[in-house]
Amino acid sequence: MLDINLESTIPFFYILSTIFFILGIKFLGSPKTARKGNLYAATAMFIAVTATLTNNGILSYQLIISGILVGTVLGSILAKTVKMTAMPQLVAAFNGFGGGASSFIAISEYLRIENATSGNIPIEISASIMLSTFIGMITFSGSLIAFGKLQEIIPSRSLRLPLQNLITSLIMISILIISIYLTGFEQSPNLYLILIGISLLLGILLVTPIGGADMPVVISLLNSYSGLAAAAAGFVIGNTILIVAGALVGAAGIILTQIMTKAMHRNIFNVIFGTFGANQSTKSSLPGTDAEERTVNEGEVEDIAMMLAYAKSIIFIPGYGLAVAQAQHQIREIADLLEERGVEIKYAIHPVAGRMPGHMNVLLAEADIPYTKLYDLDDINDSFPTTDVAVVIGANDVTNPAARDEPSSPIYGMPILDVDKARNVIVIKRSLSPGFAGIDNDLFYASNTTMLFGDAKAAASEIVTAIQEI
Amino acid sequence: MESTALIYIYFFILAAFIGFELINKIPPTLHTPLMSGANAISGITLVGALLVLGQSNSQLGQYLGLAAVILATINVVGGFMVTDRMLQMFKDRKQDRN
Repeated sequence: MLDINLESTIPFFYILSTIFFILGIKFLGSPKTARKGNLYAATAMFIAVTATLTNNGILSYQLIISGILVGTVLGSILAKTVKMTAMPQLVAAFNGFGGGASSFIAISEYLRIENATSGNIPIEISASIMLSTFIGMITFSGSLIAFGKLQEIIPSRSLRLPLQNLITSLIMISILIISIYLTGFEQSPNLYLILIGISLLLGILLVTPIGGADMPVVISLLNSYSGLAAAAAGFVIGNTILIVAGALVGAAGIILTQIMTKAMHRNIFNVIFGTFGANQSTKSSLPGTDAEERTVNEGEVEDIAMMLAYAKSIIFIPGYGLAVAQAQHQIREIADLLEERGVEIKYAIHPVAGRMPGHMNVLLAEADIPYTKLYDLDDINDSFPTTDVAVVIGANDVTNPAARDEPSSPIYGMPILDVDKARNVIVIKRSLSPGFAGIDNDLFYASNTTMLFGDAKAAASEIVTAIQEI
Repeated sequence: MESTALIYIYFFILAAFIGFELINKIPPTLHTPLMSGANAISGITLVGALLVLGQSNSQLGQYLGLAAVILATINVVGGFMVTDRMLQMFKDRKQDRN
């Protein structure tokens, strides 16, 4: 039969798919080849899925085809209509879907094998089922909470129960104990149901205490989990392409999480258990509470427009506030007007600017700002002393000189942009409130700093008008 | 059976190390597209969902399988498309500049 021949070719197609996945991720690493990389990865997926469909064990294609159709329609609508600023929550939602799918696979297999073996599930299968169930469920509920926070359906600030850390730890221990019991001792569908329930609860409890500014770390971690959940599902059904691709993504998420936590001078443990800065949130801090008696130079829009128009070189430092206010188009308008006047414009991008690592680059690209004008921290820091004006828009902690100069500061050692070394500094910000690190920023009180208080988008539009009138 | 499980663990470990090495070298500009692309790849769980749905012999198993196929397909199709949308913007900007 032709069918048998087809099925026996599946492993070879999986090998081909693996090669394409690896090349895809490799090509995604360089701006020139990134698009090709994404195409390779999509090709890898297509090969893996098509080859799998030749499996002789598949009894009915009706449901499969309808499922794929529904998913394709929904997925492409989401991908086409999402705004670039909403990317983080879309990735969070997709993460959740992937994690949910992996745990559904595990649950379905549990039911089938439990039935077929009357409760004597082989130990390695049972262990993989438990792993992929709880990792998948934590990813699912955690991602949905992250989505809700980023979409602002749920308050984005840190929500913490009394004794939260204790409760979370107890749940984690229970998950481990139940998983070990179900794997090594006795099968019990009821206990398995409890495992599912508390895993969902753990996902919720892990993400609710995390404030808006720390969300990138969480998304990145969840990204890693969704890969691990897929790999665990691969162990359950004995499928190599799931194991390999899942492991690749799991590793990707871990590396990205490390890069981000390092740049934010946080560690993942602190983010989750909130030992530092947990009660601070970017939005709830009141202006002026930490400002003491120090004086600030508050500028008028007209003066600032003048300063910009007659500068030779300007560096923009976009931050989280710009992303929230969606002011990237207004910033580009300012830049265009100034470039017409012969001003040299650069953009300094801190590794964690925006809501995800690299998110700022995407937002600026969307506003037609060439990526060749975007400079990473290491490439731009030497330029600040020779720059006329540094314009900080909605960024805070990443410009705080205390991270460089004051060993006693909680953020000491975090890499910052040396904005304070520019000849003049303009800071556009809602208020003097501290950033998520909850500490004051000396930059705002420096003699060469001019503050412009207000929403980044509104302030930038006013500056555009003012420059046009010069 | 045990040796099969061990071979799977080898696969997992080797793939994880390849992942670490590949991703170490990615510039910050591409972190968001990479995250989104990696996320689409994690939709590989679709393969598992197809097998489970195709082979399931109970009503509940079919519901779970169908839900898994739909969710995983959204992850795969949406993920690759949105990654391409982002990367397209980078490409266009570069052409403008040169």
